[in-house]
Amino acid sequence: MTPAPDLTIRGSAAIGDALLFAPLTLTLAAGRWTCLLGGSGVGKTTILRLIAGLDTGADFTGQITASDRQPVPEQVAYMAQDDLLLPWATVAQNVLLGARLRREKPDLNRRDQLIERMRLQDHMGKKPGELSGGQRQRVALARTLMEDRPIVLLDEPFSALDARTRADMQDLAAEALQGRTVLLVTHDPGEAARLGQSILVMTQNGITPCHPPHAPAPRSVDDPETLEAQGALLRLLREDAA
Amino acid sequence: MKLLSALAATVFALAVWQGIVSLTDLPKFILPGPVLVAETWWQNRWIIAENTWVTAVEVVIGLACGTVLGVLTALQLANSRVARVLVQPMLVFTQALPVFALAPLLTLWLGYGLWSKVAMAVLIIYFPITSSFFDGLMRTPPGYLDLARTMQAGPRAVLWHIRIPAALPSLASGMRLAAVYAPIGAVIGEWVGSSQGLGYLMLLANGRAKTDLMFAAMLTLGVFSILLHLTVRRATARIAGETR
Repeated sequence: MTPAPDLTIRGSAAIGDALLFAPLTLTLAAGRWTCLLGGSGVGKTTILRLIAGLDTGADFTGQITASDRQPVPEQVAYMAQDDLLLPWATVAQNVLLGARLRREKPDLNRRDQLIERMRLQDHMGKKPGELSGGQRQRVALARTLMEDRPIVLLDEPFSALDARTRADMQDLAAEALQGRTVLLVTHDPGEAARLGQSILVMTQNGITPCHPPHAPAPRSVDDPETLEAQGALLRLLREDAA
Repeated sequence: MKLLSALAATVFALAVWQGIVSLTDLPKFILPGPVLVAETWWQNRWIIAENTWVTAVEVVIGLACGTVLGVLTALQLANSRVARVLVQPMLVFTQALPVFALAPLLTLWLGYGLWSKVAMAVLIIYFPITSSFFDGLMRTPPGYLDLARTMQAGPRAVLWHIRIPAALPSLASGMRLAAVYAPIGAVIGEWVGSSQGLGYLMLLANGRAKTDLMFAAMLTLGVFSILLHLTVRRATARIAGETR
């Protein structure tokens, strides 16, 4: 992997005549987790999709630049709420999807290492339909890691999981994605408080930076300061919605 | 259970049929009873078998050709906007034509033999195959396409590794439909001009007031169609199930 760059988004987006978000500047620090927290419809997923170079249905005026001046979409790996595993392909094949789509020679050793790291070695030959929600998200994480990109975009990847599995996945992802520039889009204040090395709250009025708790991420689920931060973030979300 | 209910339905249908025949006392050239039809079927089993074979060959070749043609057309349509603009309206227009009316023309072009019947079967199943597979190709879950895009995949790789496999269940349902339509096509072809096949046998029997033989041939065609449908369903169940 090339060293993770800083990423800066500067601009505004509109759908037709309606402004989706006003001019804003957002910086993702190199090699760190930035959590973008907000309710539905404020445009946080739009920002993530703009960085990934995906269609958004909105017109974006502005610039997205990486500090290493490389084209951004070629440096990102993407993980969504839906695990997006191909149901007809096995776990092993799904992990290798990127290489197959680019017609590259797949690195089988690396695949096996990642599958083992995600504790999926007993499921290599299974189809996604035979796995639990948590296992499926672990396959998706292995697929994301297989891409080995310096920037990782996470669009609420854990929000469909039950509380326990979600906490496990948060720990696993925080550890596995260390050293990459990560943008986690989420509507869950608890998730932002646990994982954010930088936390941004996005509302109709723009983006407000918040102080993350002092403990290193991933923070323990019952860390008092983390819980307090979670409360403060939720309060902020509710105030702005009112 | 399924077999049992199918058996019960068959017995019930035969009873109704026999009931109508007994009550109305119609002459047997108007409506023969099930027993007579069974007897006739048994007496003519070799003739029926021979003609069933002829029709079956037409249907299977037609099904294969129609599927290949439909799949290729759908791929072309999905791949090229120009093809969609130029070909799709024409494809829909052909569905507004009574394809049956083309049967005499096909006989004129392709002769009385096998190929005019194959062509008729192909004409009938081409549209369901094409449109079902094309629909499937155009309705790839958008999340997969997003993922492929972030992986810097080219359009051919996306087609091959994602869009086609995701569209296979749609193709499978088109093929199941085609399996029911194809025998109808072949029989229409035989009606217009032929010297063998179940359609020919039905027409021949009808012309000579051998209504019992006509029924025997028709029921044989029905059973054949159902068996073909079940076979195709079984063959496609795997892909349909796996990609769901």
